[in-house]
Amino acid sequence: MNSRELTNQISKAADFLNLKKWDYGASFSNDYSVQVDKGEAKQLKASQKQILTLRVWNESNLVGITTTSDISESGIKKALNQANIASDFGNKNESTEFSPLAKDPIKVKDEKKRNPLGIKKLLTLLREAEVKLLESHESIKSVPYNGLSESFYERVYANSDGAFRSFTKSQAALYLYARAEEKDKKPRSSGSVKLGYGVNDIDIESCIKDASNKTISHLNYSSIKTDKYLICFSPESFLTIINAFSSIFNARSILDGISLSNKNSIGEKLSTEALNIYDDGLHEKNISSSPFDGEGTPTKRICLINKGRIENFLHSESTARVFKTIPTGHAGLGSKVSVSTDWIVVEKSDENFDLKTSLDHSTYEGEFVYIEELNAIHAGVRASQGSFSLPFDGWLYKNGTKISIESATVAGDIKYLLKHIVNIESNQEVTTSGVSPHIWVDELSITGDA
Amino acid sequence: MLSSQIKSNEIEFGSCNKYLLEEIIFYGMGLGADFVEIFIENTDNASVLAEEDYITSVSPSFGRGAGIRIFKDKRDGFVSTNDLSKHGLMRSVSQAIEMLDINDKNNKEVFNGLNKYRDYSLSKKTWIDEVPSINEISEKLLFSTKFLKKNNKIITRKGSYSRNLQEVIIASSDGTYASDIRLHQTVGLNVIASDAQYRSNGSRRFGSSGLPNEFRLWDHEKAANDVFESSMNMLYADYVEAGQMPVVLANKFGGVIFHEACGHLLETTQIERGTTPFENKLNEKIAHESVTAIDEGLSEGSFGSLSVDDEGMEPEKSVLIKDGILKKFISDRAGELRTGHKRTGSGRRQNYSFAAASRMRNTYIAKGEYSKEDLINSISDGLYCKSMGGGSVGATGQFNFAVEEGYLIKNGKLTNPVKGATLIGEAKEVMPKISMCGNDLELAPGFCGSISGSVNVTVGQPHIKVDSITVGGR
Repeated sequence: MNSRELTNQISKAADFLNLKKWDYGASFSNDYSVQVDKGEAKQLKASQKQILTLRVWNESNLVGITTTSDISESGIKKALNQANIASDFGNKNESTEFSPLAKDPIKVKDEKKRNPLGIKKLLTLLREAEVKLLESHESIKSVPYNGLSESFYERVYANSDGAFRSFTKSQAALYLYARAEEKDKKPRSSGSVKLGYGVNDIDIESCIKDASNKTISHLNYSSIKTDKYLICFSPESFLTIINAFSSIFNARSILDGISLSNKNSIGEKLSTEALNIYDDGLHEKNISSSPFDGEGTPTKRICLINKGRIENFLHSESTARVFKTIPTGHAGLGSKVSVSTDWIVVEKSDENFDLKTSLDHSTYEGEFVYIEELNAIHAGVRASQGSFSLPFDGWLYKNGTKISIESATVAGDIKYLLKHIVNIESNQEVTTSGVSPHIWVDELSITGDA
Repeated sequence: MLSSQIKSNEIEFGSCNKYLLEEIIFYGMGLGADFVEIFIENTDNASVLAEEDYITSVSPSFGRGAGIRIFKDKRDGFVSTNDLSKHGLMRSVSQAIEMLDINDKNNKEVFNGLNKYRDYSLSKKTWIDEVPSINEISEKLLFSTKFLKKNNKIITRKGSYSRNLQEVIIASSDGTYASDIRLHQTVGLNVIASDAQYRSNGSRRFGSSGLPNEFRLWDHEKAANDVFESSMNMLYADYVEAGQMPVVLANKFGGVIFHEACGHLLETTQIERGTTPFENKLNEKIAHESVTAIDEGLSEGSFGSLSVDDEGMEPEKSVLIKDGILKKFISDRAGELRTGHKRTGSGRRQNYSFAAASRMRNTYIAKGEYSKEDLINSISDGLYCKSMGGGSVGATGQFNFAVEEGYLIKNGKLTNPVKGATLIGEAKEVMPKISMCGNDLELAPGFCGSISGSVNVTVGQPHIKVDSITVGGR
């Protein structure tokens, strides 16, 4: 069934059940993935998936919702019926409506859709990549986590008011995670992930090189003394921490009382004036971009922090009404509509005269800790309290040399961290979750074994 | 409208599918597969959210799909689909065959048809009618959130409930032919407390497997008191000072330390990857002699219990470690094929879109002889971890997990509450340091995310003492 047909089916079924107001989001996907183990195919996977989320408004304008994978005529009727029953329990204290922007023009990037390469080709490419990675250094004994996948999907939003939008997309991903072992030393492990619109867009060689270099570079390690250190966050690790605390900018979280911000926080000084942060789902480097959100609102670039001050919050339709503004294109589609970031862009503002620009991770010779990658975010972040305590992979730089750090954690408070940024390097780097330069922060606690 | 109507009433599998299933398996074997497995699933789920004094979300969801796995030599190809028509299932078989590049041999004669039908769902058909209605659930959640409001420092109150009913049918070319109904119910309470610059969270989750009446028996008042007290105790807590120290981990959810630090490393998927330090350590000492650890799917009502695993095998009680000696690994079909360790009824998957893998069920450290006070009294300067958060283990066996509610131990007594603690270490180093086990074993429900998705599990232990571990803090 194509998405126009599906919309007609839902419309007919809604008429039959006398349901006047409804909307839906759907996705249809075909995914293919391979894993290998020392040259042998390990698991080869293919999946065909469809998921339909239907919302129905009852006569009291309360909303009910149902999710189903059955899009047969009877499945659609059942889902509408169940959503109608669920609407009896709709939230009476916060109304939900169609997004006023659900029919606005959407900005679709150059789609760059690719055709499937097929499992056999994926397998050949991954086998070759594994061999090259294993051969790249004698200490690399295995690539325990690896995978090459390609996905083809369509996303749809439509409502009973005539809004209809859909887009189709292809995406591919390669990850290689190597494990190195040396006599009388603990094993070390590291990896790399690359995304593309299709497998042929992925720079496989650079993925192999990154995974190899990262793993090998950590072979000589030492424990670090528990203390407070000058820290340099890699672009990837800084984006990880900003995303972990994105409830600061999330209007839904603010209304729910779980954000560090409140309704009056617009204009609040959160960091050094040298910092700008944007959410830019349509950024040209964002492979996973979507032109509209779960409510059909167009995706757009929005400034979250401007010269250190909170400039905007992210909104769904209902939070936007409460805040007397417009939706920003960051909503999901649920019984309770969620809000989330798309693609964070961090940059140095033009108010950057107070930065210590001598702090450059490639040239600075004083002592500092370089945080390459933060781990276990789900366990170590207390977003509603602002605190974090996270294991990391990283380095101790001292007197012009660098030593890989054996297991350690970095702990602190997000507001302290943002206010103690002492340098924002000039070069922005693109990662799989956004864009950021290296960011320097003074005096964060590191716990090591020593 | 009747709220109790939020359920599908359409779950109906049974022997009527036998001929179709056999036809599909014959088809796969005829194309040269060594083994064909079909997993068909129907789900009927609902969740309810109460915030402050209102129900803010009711979300029913329904799903059906099939996962088909083909083995050839030691390789497997897995295809999942929402198309349960004969055509759809046949197409999935063909796709899996094609992926594995099989074109050499007809294995039809290896398949002798499906064995006698094992219907584990027989006594469970009425479960969906016995679970509480949405009205009943809503009322109880609202009572719970009301009880959480004990003073004006509580700024958010939430109660959530979810019910997952899954009916499965499993058929494979070794003759396996079984069906089951699984029911999981879980309820969680959480609060945020605030006073000026101080903030704390309090949360607890309760859950059961089977037992449709369980939620009615849940003591929501006691649970709410517990969550409230936890948030108050932690509100003005200082950050823990980092370092190496002895710790006592509370019973129930404290068992997450064994789950993360060691349990994952005893799954055959880790042997396949070469990521466990215990690969060649069977019958060797890997833990302190006070440690006996078990994984089983049999404890009635426990969140990780199952009548039959997702590969059609009844779960067994696996003593993983006996008095510190490694005795067994947790194995599934692919694990047995690739590592030689016998299946333990541990082939588990989140749903049809994942292939089963070796996964823990109810995993716990057996009780010892000491009281909780004995453990605490034995420490002059350390940490008591009353409530644990989530954790993870990496490819080198390094684990970490968060302490949600902790207290300093000074001279054998519990003293000030502390926050921000993370326990980090490596399984190989920590297991020999679990030197004392209490006599108060209890289990707690949880969710475990791994290669075959998120599955319901139980973690558990008595109070245990770890002689020394790295505590991350400030």
